[in-house]
Order: sequence, then C-alpha cells, then structure tokens
Amino acid sequence: MLAFNFFGATEGGLFDINATLPLMAIQVVALTYILNSLFFKPVGNIVEKREKFVSNNIIEAKNKLSQVKKLEADLLTQLQSARTEAQRIVSEAENESDKLYKEALELANNEANASKEKARLEIESQTSVARDQLSKQADDLSELIVNRLILEK
Amino acid sequence: MFFNSLLTNFAALEVGQHLYWQIGNIRLHGQVFLTSWILLGALLVFISLGTKKMENDPKGLQNLLEFLWDYIRDLARTQIGEKVYRDWMPFIGTLFLFVFVSNWGGALIPWRLIKLPSGELGAPTADINTTIALALLVSLSYFYAGLSNKGWRYFEYYVHPTPIMLPFKILEDFTKPLSLSFRLFGNILADELVVGVLVFLVPLILPIPVMFLGLFTSAIQALIFATLAAYYIGEAVEEHH
Repeated sequence: MLAFNFFGATEGGLFDINATLPLMAIQVVALTYILNSLFFKPVGNIVEKREKFVSNNIIEAKNKLSQVKKLEADLLTQLQSARTEAQRIVSEAENESDKLYKEALELANNEANASKEKARLEIESQTSVARDQLSKQADDLSELIVNRLILEK
Repeated sequence: MFFNSLLTNFAALEVGQHLYWQIGNIRLHGQVFLTSWILLGALLVFISLGTKKMENDPKGLQNLLEFLWDYIRDLARTQIGEKVYRDWMPFIGTLFLFVFVSNWGGALIPWRLIKLPSGELGAPTADINTTIALALLVSLSYFYAGLSNKGWRYFEYYVHPTPIMLPFKILEDFTKPLSLSFRLFGNILADELVVGVLVFLVPLILPIPVMFLGLFTSAIQALIFATLAAYYIGEAVEEHH
C-alpha cells in the first residue's frame, strides 16, 4: 500500500478502485445500446442502402454497356453486308450497261457496214453499166469510122 | 517522505485526489462521472444532430458521421472478420468513441478553471476505474464471442498449436485486460501530468507542443484500444483448421 500512496494523496490515491468501476462499466454498456440505436444502426442502414444502390447501378450500367457493344457489332455487320450488297448491285448495273452499250455499238456497226456494202455494190453495178455503154459506143464509133473509110475508097 | 512533501507542494497538480460521492455504502469518484457525462452528452448531441435528417446524398454532419461509421466498420471488419463483425461493430465503435472523446475532452477542455472542493476534473480515462471497467468489458466480450460462436470448442483455442501453449494462453487472459487498462490509464495520466507540470513551471508557449503531442497520443490510444479489443474478439471467433 505504500507504493499506492506514493503520490501523496490523503485518501484514495491513483489506484483507488471502488464502485466507480462497475458503474462505469454499466454506463459504457448503456452507451453501447444508445449509440447502436442512435448512430450505428441508422447510419449503417443508409450507407449500406447507398452501397447497394451504387453496386446495382454499376451492374446495370455494365449490362447496358455490353448490350450497346453487342448492338454496335450487329450494326457493323449489317453495315458491311449492306455495303457489299450495294457494291454488287453497282457492279451488276455497270456490267449491264456495258453489255447494252456493246450491243448497240455492234448493231450500229453492222448497219453501217451493210449500207456501205450496198452502196459499193450499186456503185460497182453502175460502173459496169457505164463501162458496157461506153464500150458499145466505142464499138459503134469504130464501125462508123470503118464504114466511112471503106466508102471513101 | 521527500516525494510526498515535494508533490504536495505542487498543489496545482492534485494527483490521486478525488471528489468523493457517498451513496449509501458505496463511494464514487465524482469527477470521473461529471466529465464523462458532459463529454458523452456532447457526443450524443453531436450524433443526434448529425443523424436527425439523413439523406441519400449526405451533407454536412452526416458526411462526418458516415466517415466515422466507415472507419469503425473497416476497423472491426479487418480485425474480427467478415462473418461476425456486424455483431461487434457497435461495441468496438462505442469503445473507440468513448476513449477518443474522453481523451480529447480531457486534453482540449480547460477543466482546471472549474474548481472542485477536492480533486480536479480531467479525462475520465485518466482514472484507473474507467480503464479497468473498459478492459474487463473487453474480456467478457471476447469470452462471450468465442463461446457463443463456437460453443465449448472455444477452448480448443487454449491448446491450439500444441497443449504446451495452455499455461501461456491462460496467462494471456489475465495479461490482456491488465495491459489494456494500464496502457490507456498510464498514457493519459502521464500526458495530463506532463502538461500539468509544464504549465505549472512555464505557463507560456512551452506546454503547447506537449499539448499537441498529448492530442496525438490520445487519438492513438483510442485507436489502439479499439483495435486490440477487436483483435481479441477476432481471435476468439476465428476458426482453426
């Protein structure tokens, strides 16, 4: 006890243990219940509610994001197929018009050739007619000349 | 005795003197209850103001209280474990808040200005009764936690790696409350004494850094007390494989 009275208190001293101890314990237990109903429960409820809300929102956003990505990929494939389709149509149309052009060109060429041939034939026939006529006239003329020469003698 | 006369000459300190309340047969340290009621009253007012109108997006005091709640939850969860920390969070949090408010209240409020007929007001945790009460509550809690979670298998803990540990583990049950109570008591009392002596010797400027150190110690002691309490409970409920 000498050591306990070291700090010179007239009664009690630093290590004076009495009914303060159990009463303080009861006070702390009571405080635990009060703080639980006043602080830990309500704040815990609201914080955990918010945490749940946030994590739900994150999950939802992730779902939406994956949906968006899927749709985007879908769109891309659709776009690609549409592009190839368009290309196919364009090339088809080009071929068609090319074919038509060639056909028309051939037709026109043929026609032109035919009329040229006809004209050449006509020219040829007329040339031969004219040559026949000319040779006949020449024959006539030579006969006339001959006749005249014979008569003079 | 030389020390007796020396210390009684430091009349401003009044170490180890109490304001006794006599209720029937029992004697109480009145100054401990007075300061603890004032500080706990302030704490409760603060908390009821902060939780009065709680909203989903917190404002002002609610923010601070939610930070505090989160801090205590992290402390309890890391020490006790995911499974049962919810049951013990209010107790750990109350210990932390009680010790913290007591320490800081004792250090920050100029109690000396209020004159008592005997003894003086100060941190409730600078009284050995308070710290022993807290430490015994922690002991009871970890026994209760172990027994309620594991039944009689709780005592497997005493022979856990080998039965050689048995005497040491039994000894630990006594050293745990002893070290808990004396660590807190010693730190807070020593801080009050150092500040008191310095204020008595050099009333200006010099005590201020020591006061700041005291605030730091006070906060650390609250954290240590709550962490150790949570650790002991976690140790008791932990499953060995």
